Amino acid sequence: MRLNESIVISAPPELVWDQITEGSNYLHFMSGITRWEVEDDDSRIELGTRIRMLIRVGSAEVGGLIEVVEWQPERDLAWASVTGVDQRGRWRLRETPDGRTRVELRYAYGVAGSGIPGWIAELVAAPSLGGNLRSSLHQLKRRVEHERLRAEAARRRAEREPAEA
Amino acid sequence: MADPATIAERARTNGEGASDLNGEGPGLRDRLAPLGGLARAGGGLARAGGGLLAAGQEAAAGVAAGAARQVRQRLRADLDDRDPDWLRERLPMLWLLATIWFRGEVRNLGNIPERGPVLMVGNHSGGNVTPDTFVFTLAFSSYFGIERRFHQLAHNLVVTLPFSGSMLRPGGTVAASHKNAERVLESGAALLVYPGGDWEVHRPIWDRFKVDFAGRKGFIRLALDQDVPIVPVVSVGGQETSLFLSRGDRLARALGLDRLFRLKVLPISLAIPWGLNVGDFLGHVPLPAKITTEVLPPIDLREQFGPDPDPDEVYEHLTRVMQETLDALAAERRWPLIG
Repeated sequence: MRLNESIVISAPPELVWDQITEGSNYLHFMSGITRWEVEDDDSRIELGTRIRMLIRVGSAEVGGLIEVVEWQPERDLAWASVTGVDQRGRWRLRETPDGRTRVELRYAYGVAGSGIPGWIAELVAAPSLGGNLRSSLHQLKRRVEHERLRAEAARRRAEREPAEA
Repeated sequence: MADPATIAERARTNGEGASDLNGEGPGLRDRLAPLGGLARAGGGLARAGGGLLAAGQEAAAGVAAGAARQVRQRLRADLDDRDPDWLRERLPMLWLLATIWFRGEVRNLGNIPERGPVLMVGNHSGGNVTPDTFVFTLAFSSYFGIERRFHQLAHNLVVTLPFSGSMLRPGGTVAASHKNAERVLESGAALLVYPGGDWEVHRPIWDRFKVDFAGRKGFIRLALDQDVPIVPVVSVGGQETSLFLSRGDRLARALGLDRLFRLKVLPISLAIPWGLNVGDFLGHVPLPAKITTEVLPPIDLREQFGPDPDPDEVYEHLTRVMQETLDALAAERRWPLIG
């Protein structure tokens, strides 16, 4: 089963990229995530970074160890599962003509070989997971746009300070 | 032709090695003695009846010895029976059952140590269907991944019966015995035990909010011998999945079930689809009660009770902590079944 949600954020791709490549941010903006631990000492997410993650779906926290398998700065960040349920995910950032960023979050999951019960479970889990993806994108948008406003305010302050001095 | 007495002796000795986890039940050797008696009785009839019956005697004795051999093989845990891929493919089915039917909720799995052997001790509910075990197995296997070895102890009868045994052994269930439990912990796996066993799981519905280990303390000796922490696991809701009216322990004693099959109870319940259900041997359709499980912080026995802990003190502490948690979980429930 593959889910796909998107949103437009009023900020350039580099600001969005900063948020999604900082591992410590995920517990703040990803809905349903109960565990997100970057295995390296550095919390930045790069190609090959491994992360222990869990997301609450119905009666269980599912997930496992995932690894970043694609990393194109300010464009694409994709991961795949190493252990746990089979999953693949992707952040896809594209700049719009008016300078904003279209952010797409894709998530594919399933258990190979689980037959019809597996297919039913994927269907039953889809609304809850889809809701989590939508909510995560909205929280990311709030976070990034807030950071953009703060950055602009800081820049304006910096411009004013030399004049006042 | 084998002598009936020899066959009876073989049937008896086949039970070696299956000591009771609780340290109080009869050994398998004793429990298989009636098979030897059957063989001897068959032998007596054969001598009286002549050549034709002699052949019958040999066949009957062969069946008895074969059954004993089969039981012995299944009671000795082969940890390789656990099949991670089999389990992984069935997780979606378990998830559907736990999510839709039981609205299962397992809290604080993070209290279980991330690595190494650990003894999880739970209260047991729901008769032979034990929905709380399914909900917990799903939660554990999802949280830690099926890569982490996880075994559960179950009643000998459940593990040896062809259908239930073939469904449970690949999931990591092994027959309840001290030796099997040691083998699991020595392998570095996590182990879930229910000291209350058949006694607790068939308690009457009005005792559904009661932790009742029946004074069984074998698990404490196990934790001390293996030097592993105990993690209490408390569940509520499982006993509302069927209406147990009586354990039927007197009936079980009168029929000699304890001696024959290590069954201390012959429960009487109202259950779907049977109506009045005596024994619960074929299981039942569990009612869709909400099941909530709470995992408590680990207890290092030597750290908490000194270098030589007193089993009675540990037992009292553990059952009290679990009962207090169960009381709190019960207080959260506003309605039976619905939760």
